[in-house]
Amino acid sequence: MTAEKSQMRRYWLPFLSVLCFAAASPAHAYIAYISNEKGNTVSVIDTDKWAVTATIKVGQRPRGIEFTRDGKFVMVAVGDDDTIQVIDTKTQQIVDTLPSGPDPELFTQDAAGKTLYVANENDNTVTVIDIQKRTRIGSIQVGVEPEGMAISPDGKILINTSETTNMAHFIDTSKREVVASVLVDPRPRFAEFKHDGSELWVSSEIGGTVSIIDPVKHVVTGKVTFSIPGLRSEAIQAVGLGITKDDRTVFVALGPANRVAIVDGKTHEVKKYLLVGQRVWHMAFTPDEKYLLTTNGISNDVSVIDVAAQKVIKTIQVGELPWGVTISP
Amino acid sequence: MSATTLGQARRGFSLAEYTTCLTGIVWREALRFLHQRERFVAALVRPLVWLFIFAAGFRQVLGVSIIPPYETYVLYEVFIAPGLMAMIQMFNGMQSSLSMVYDREMGNMRTLLVSPLPRWYLLFCKLLAGTAVSLLQVYAFLLIAWFWDITPPTIGYLTVLPALILSGLMLGSLGMLISSGIKQLENFAGVMNFVIFPMFFASSALYPLWRVQEGSPMLYYVCQFNPFTHAVELIRFALYGQVNWTSLIVVSGCTTAFMIGAIYAYDPSRGLARRGPAGGET
Repeated sequence: MTAEKSQMRRYWLPFLSVLCFAAASPAHAYIAYISNEKGNTVSVIDTDKWAVTATIKVGQRPRGIEFTRDGKFVMVAVGDDDTIQVIDTKTQQIVDTLPSGPDPELFTQDAAGKTLYVANENDNTVTVIDIQKRTRIGSIQVGVEPEGMAISPDGKILINTSETTNMAHFIDTSKREVVASVLVDPRPRFAEFKHDGSELWVSSEIGGTVSIIDPVKHVVTGKVTFSIPGLRSEAIQAVGLGITKDDRTVFVALGPANRVAIVDGKTHEVKKYLLVGQRVWHMAFTPDEKYLLTTNGISNDVSVIDVAAQKVIKTIQVGELPWGVTISP
Repeated sequence: MSATTLGQARRGFSLAEYTTCLTGIVWREALRFLHQRERFVAALVRPLVWLFIFAAGFRQVLGVSIIPPYETYVLYEVFIAPGLMAMIQMFNGMQSSLSMVYDREMGNMRTLLVSPLPRWYLLFCKLLAGTAVSLLQVYAFLLIAWFWDITPPTIGYLTVLPALILSGLMLGSLGMLISSGIKQLENFAGVMNFVIFPMFFASSALYPLWRVQEGSPMLYYVCQFNPFTHAVELIRFALYGQVNWTSLIVVSGCTTAFMIGAIYAYDPSRGLARRGPAGGET
């Protein structure tokens, strides 16, 4: 009987302590910033309330948006003003600009948060910026209409996709030159590395596919295709990508299909489609990866996906034509 | 016998006697339901045909607006599920009323109504029995629908129960009220055409009311005055753990009105039930 009791205690104690911990630690609230391309604003969403808490007036045609690594600032590319504006997250005011070059669209930064690489859509270049000094330190010629930007986990390779050339360019970050180009399906929009660096995923808007590229051999090793009952294939356009930290699940925003596809990171099979708002474009995970936020351009809202349950739990109205999203670290 | 009955009526009845009556009627209805497996299958096939075939064709109709109680975009299948649940209950209510017409024709109704317990209680028990059967059907439908990706929050399966009981009672008492006016089984086809179809189609079961309003403001008002719309909305909100107060008031009011009407109609001493030889209860 005593042995039985002690055995029970052994099982129950860790369970109870986990329960107590779960009860004691409240859910962490994050702040999401959404760029509204047509509204020329940035909407701020509190992930605890799932409501817009502020709207910040920014420059013309805001698209690419990202937090600085220290979480103090949000950088937003305002394409028609040919600059990147810097928002102080404490005051929600624009405090600075970065010399992005003409028509900046998407950008990415290195792991240290020191260097920013910006795709200049109308200039066929990638501009390199020192974030702290706010100065332009170089530029790299790439294909026509550069858009998607990604950096390898080791920081050695920068990827740029060019919409019209239909290529993913591999750029050596130390030499700042293109070392390889891989042809993918028409209009590549977005690129993302798996966290272990083993694969590069590139979405193609017109092709409606996601190409999986071996980043060492520079060859396409696989392709994810999508099919939704009742929808024409032209309506299925792959845009934003979101890969979970364990690389097991990949979320793909399918544009005018109004769906986000859930793809198995290993087998590359589509497991499920989730209905979100109209013309779903880009996505961002909360740092704890509990939720994934999607921007829905035509319906002017943001859908919240419960990552574990693989369900859309809420849709929140934001500004006009939401495009990009970034969430506080 | 009649002297004893009168004596009991004057003294009133014990709770045990009421309970015996209730279990007797519910048990009879349950047995009848279990023995008619085709009826169970038919009750499920009807909404499932709507779900699997009709909804598949209309998939693209919705997904353009978020209406309460939904917090995000929903597929058409998800939208029509509460309407189909209410449809199950409506058909069940009408089926119960059909069985009452049958009972009257066969003379079984006489057995029920000669019970010394008050008539309103007997009819209420009959309604409860019918509602209980409809609950079985609805939950079986929800189980199948779950595999079709219609997955309301878990708590919703519990919170929808009171709404289903209320809507079941409303549709059951409506059926009972109608059955009191039907003399023969053959007339039941008329109920299909004049009651079930108009009530089902002129409601929010298949399309959101804002869509109806866009198409025809007149039809929108008809839908608003249709108690079936409110039964559907009550179920829809309850399935997501919310209360639609307007619908709750309308459904409660209609339930009371239909029930009083049905009890009045089945009173042989007055009202509609004074009929020819086919009416077993006269």
